[in-house]
Amino acid sequence: MSHDTTKQASGGLDVAVLVSVGRHPLTARARRADHDARAVELALGLEAARVRLIHAGRNDPDSEAALRDYLGMGFASLTRIDQPAGADVLPALLEALREAAPQLLFTGSRAETGEGSGLLPYLLGEALGWPVVTGIAAVESVEGGTATLLQALPRGQRRRLRVRLPALISVDEAGPAPRQSAYGPARRGTLSAETRPAETDDALAGWTLEPARARPKRLKIVKASSARERFKAAAAKAEGGGGQVLTDVTPEQGAEAIFTLLKEEGVLRH
Amino acid sequence: MSDIVRRDPRKEWIARNRLHPEHFAVLAELGGEGASPSEWIGPSGLIRRNPRAVGFIGPNGIKRIDRSGGQRGAQAAQGRRSQAGPTRRSVAIEEPAFLIAVVPDLAGGRLSSHDRDLLGLARQLADADPERPGAVLALTFGSHKETAFGDAGIDRLMAFDEAIFDGYAPEARLAALQAVERELAPRHWLLPDSSLGGGELGRRLAVRLGERAATQVWQVEADAEAPSGWRCTARASAGANDLRRPLPRVALALAECAEPVSETHHAARPLTLSQPLPEAFTRIEDGGAVAVDPAGVALAEAEFILSAGNGVRDWDAYHHAARTLGATEGASRVAVDDGFMPRDRQVGATGTWVTARVYVAVGISGAIQHLQGIQRCDKVVAINLDPGCDMIKRADLAVIGDAGAILEALVARVERERQGAEEQRDVA
Repeated sequence: MSHDTTKQASGGLDVAVLVSVGRHPLTARARRADHDARAVELALGLEAARVRLIHAGRNDPDSEAALRDYLGMGFASLTRIDQPAGADVLPALLEALREAAPQLLFTGSRAETGEGSGLLPYLLGEALGWPVVTGIAAVESVEGGTATLLQALPRGQRRRLRVRLPALISVDEAGPAPRQSAYGPARRGTLSAETRPAETDDALAGWTLEPARARPKRLKIVKASSARERFKAAAAKAEGGGGQVLTDVTPEQGAEAIFTLLKEEGVLRH
Repeated sequence: MSDIVRRDPRKEWIARNRLHPEHFAVLAELGGEGASPSEWIGPSGLIRRNPRAVGFIGPNGIKRIDRSGGQRGAQAAQGRRSQAGPTRRSVAIEEPAFLIAVVPDLAGGRLSSHDRDLLGLARQLADADPERPGAVLALTFGSHKETAFGDAGIDRLMAFDEAIFDGYAPEARLAALQAVERELAPRHWLLPDSSLGGGELGRRLAVRLGERAATQVWQVEADAEAPSGWRCTARASAGANDLRRPLPRVALALAECAEPVSETHHAARPLTLSQPLPEAFTRIEDGGAVAVDPAGVALAEAEFILSAGNGVRDWDAYHHAARTLGATEGASRVAVDDGFMPRDRQVGATGTWVTARVYVAVGISGAIQHLQGIQRCDKVVAINLDPGCDMIKRADLAVIGDAGAILEALVARVERERQGAEEQRDVA
């Protein structure tokens, strides 16, 4: 049983996920984009939601195989807005989203091909007039026109946000790990094509896109005014060492010393 | 007095010649009036030496012994020492031709190295034309602890420290940046491309200003053909490609995009907007930090790790200690191989490379593979029976003793502290 049949039966929240064709970092083959797959996973975790997938891009065999990976996560269909290569997908997406009018829109934080600037969620949010929240790790609840979300902070910390619907939620590495794509549903699912007017991205065509060069390593610049400073910089040990060692102490004294250090560093929570 | 050193070759020759009848007289003369002689003829005719008076203190504070005779370093050294020590050139730009706006992240209330690199890039853009220098304007949100803004290359500083900018307030911050744009119209906006902070705010700003921002910029070079006079190289396609384009007004730069300012000191003069900020309409509400189960935090990004090795005998007590301290659990390879801990908890070269701020190693002797894995930890605490093991050498604090007993005492200490705090709360 695929997921969206149960969700369509219950009605409720209308959710759309924008998905793109990714690129495997090692083999460079087309695949489902990692952030987008996490966004799909997050949307699938919502209670009583109708989830639909929207993709805007080229219609070719490679991208079709990649899009079917999303269908294999438990969808019967995916809307593909056909756009030529080098097109600016923003106007077409805006038109489609204004028609579909979802309450929550999920996207990955950036594309894995092309410019990949990560500006699209903000452009959509600005044009639609919706609030944009980024780096969302979980959706706690959606009720009364407000979504309560958990935003991922560095070091595994989380922050609770409340955002008014309709809203745009972008997902990055902190999102839930995407489920495996099942082969059968991926084959059976349908890609329904939509045609919308396309605009070419003239600015991007004028810029050069080339394989990434390795960035130069930053050299350690020693600005020494004297021979002694130069010598000290050259002969400095990598690690200082010289920590405090407590020998012949009772466990209580040792514990007290460790407790003081933990307090100073502020890692003990109350 | 002139700084030029006048030399008398004849006196120097006499000073070198210990058999010359005027040797000691000349030495005393060259050594200066204040300096005590290191050698003299005592009343009995014996030569007396004061070994402590030999030599002079060089310009770096090190004692130098000059065997050539005349010890003339002492005075010259003092004259030079006053100007020794790195001093930065002070720069004050009174009438800037244009402004370069920078919004540093100020992670933890201080300028991060990423912020400093970005300010270095801003200086590069501002100082390109020495005839018409621009000023670097830094905008800070919320409270901060940074004091050395001038050394980072900031000419003008605008602080938005109202309460509405605290926490996660992208809409209020964006409104403030828009007000700055309206009033001051900086030539460029530079922000650090960090996931939460500059990367997000900069994209919002670019979209609001209708600019197509350059993101993940890692190199900026002068280019006469570009409209802004600069072109940039930016990572694209999730790091697989480089995009070369003219530098737009809004640029989000990666760390190490330029060298930080190190030679000049800038004024960091406070600046305020002439008009109060308009009331921003917020649809995103910050509900505050959420308590996170430390066991669920990924080991690589955990802040506080309690790691167990071969020296742990009572595993239940260890798990209890980790829960009480609120620490994420880690393990050495031995503990994992013996089946006491799951494989995904292994720290080290074959497991996870951790970045904890505090790493407590319980009964881990410190194999080199394990020490590699904890290279990036700030503070390491070792609890071990063996005072000669490698982990003790790495540790900032090492306690020699039985791991079980010390952990038990630590748990008791933490619980006592918590009880005390609760009682105080009840009284209050």
